[in-house]
Amino acid sequence: MSRFLALFFLMLMPLQAAAQDEEIVLGLSQNQVAITARFDGSDILLFGAVKRETPIPDDPLEVIVTVEGPSGPLLVRRKEQRFGIWINAASLEVDSAPVFYAVASSGPLSEVLERIENERYKITVDRAIQTVSRTVEFGNTKDFTKALIRIQQENNSYQLLENAVVVDQQTLFRTSIALPSNLTEGAYKARIFLTRDGSVISHFETTIDVRKVGLERFLYNLAQEHAPIYGVLSVVIAIVAGWGASAVFRLIRER
Amino acid sequence: MQRSMLDYPAWVELGTDMNIYLPIAEVSVNAFLLLGLGGIVGILSGIFGVGGGFLITPLLFFVGIPPAVAVATSANQIVASSVSGLMAHLKRKTVDLKMGYVLLVGGLIGSGAGVVVFNYLRSLGQVDLMVRLCYVVFLGIIGALMFVESLRAIQRARKAGGVMPKKRKQRNWIHALPFKMRFRASSLYISAIPPLIVGFAVGLLAAIMGVGGGFIMVPAMIYILGMPTKVVVGTSLFQIIFVAGFTTLLHAITNNTVDLPLALFLLIGGVIGAQVGTSIGVKLRAEMLRVLLALLVLSVCGKIALELLIEPSELYSLAQAGAEG
Repeated sequence: MSRFLALFFLMLMPLQAAAQDEEIVLGLSQNQVAITARFDGSDILLFGAVKRETPIPDDPLEVIVTVEGPSGPLLVRRKEQRFGIWINAASLEVDSAPVFYAVASSGPLSEVLERIENERYKITVDRAIQTVSRTVEFGNTKDFTKALIRIQQENNSYQLLENAVVVDQQTLFRTSIALPSNLTEGAYKARIFLTRDGSVISHFETTIDVRKVGLERFLYNLAQEHAPIYGVLSVVIAIVAGWGASAVFRLIRER
Repeated sequence: MQRSMLDYPAWVELGTDMNIYLPIAEVSVNAFLLLGLGGIVGILSGIFGVGGGFLITPLLFFVGIPPAVAVATSANQIVASSVSGLMAHLKRKTVDLKMGYVLLVGGLIGSGAGVVVFNYLRSLGQVDLMVRLCYVVFLGIIGALMFVESLRAIQRARKAGGVMPKKRKQRNWIHALPFKMRFRASSLYISAIPPLIVGFAVGLLAAIMGVGGGFIMVPAMIYILGMPTKVVVGTSLFQIIFVAGFTTLLHAITNNTVDLPLALFLLIGGVIGAQVGTSIGVKLRAEMLRVLLALLVLSVCGKIALELLIEPSELYSLAQAGAEG
């Protein structure tokens, strides 16, 4: 019975989406990012249009775009002075934090997005980090998550790009998000939200596949799946290189 | 990827063009930078017989390589530069292979024990601090003793008008031990026990501190075993190859953290540097070599001590969850 109900709701979903007054039609410059040996960051262009059958409402249309990398647990440590030396004293294990997170918006976030809507859709990066705080020793969780965001922002791994989305005639929008060169592979989630007067009126989600290809893929797989072979290979290459260099230098000297 | 050419001046375009993406470290780094780093460490390795792990690992952190990858990959690079340096020393016959084997036996047992100690410390959650304190204490003592001793040796040599005073054969408890062996290249006739213990101690420390241990091994060979300075460097390199090779394998199998492309760029620089370093080392006088090594050891010690004593600008740091127990 429950399965039947689930099926029923599944069938209903497209209808619901269509029931939104304004709908997003999205284009991506690339829905796949290939990490090759020469990979040095990549700019993703997200652009689209708003499809509507009703007249444009009076409140201005705002657009928020987020790109989120794969998440994983992370340990945040804090140094404290003990006996005159600085040591890692307290730590917090964050249950899930994305490796990359960018938020771009057409205006200041505080103006284009209501707090309650942010809670609901988890748009800003602090909502994307989950701390069910298992290991808080001393200090409170907030300081640690703030530090995590600060460090990641300095690394360019977390980006807040206010006013970076261009909206034309309440219909066309575009933005560009720079993926850094220290990119981790996985499925990156791109979300687009349309807001009016701070409330989300429509949203759309798609994924960008980031993966290593070619030599990078081969070496990564070898290291993961055939670790002993990879290890021996590394050592053999090192020995041969060392021996080779000395042989070459000897030849040069003898000449 | 399609970056417009107008955004950067031409030389920057050339610079970023030489970037390579490292598959295990998952960062993109300039290839010339890596060659240079490898070269510097190779030169030190050739001159002093140290692996250079204590230097290359922090440098790699600085470039943005994750710590686990930096430690494992530098071990691999050390294998290459040590082989390169050893070959040069073998040709000059400045390696005591017999002593090397004895040290190695002790060293391998020591690193096995060290891994156990390391895992125990890790379960306590303060492995980082222990390693740093180990560094400061050992490097401080070794560096200071060596510095004072070698300065005195230089002064003595000056007073004697450049003629080295004949070294008095030290007759102490070491010579009363059983299992005597003859080490021809070092012109020593001593018990096998002290080299075994030295090897064990260095292996233990090396495994805990994540380095080859050359900078402890070299002074120990000179001052505890009484080996002549000229064979010390080559013999140290000989034993480092095995320790570093073993470490590389261990890291590759248990943590999958050896980055082959990173190692390749470092070791190309490293093997060339080691050859250059060896020819510099041969031209230096024994006392000068010891003074310089002492200064090197003291400066590394000072740097780590400062990091512990000065308030860091960022109190927080990120790590892979599960990295600490």
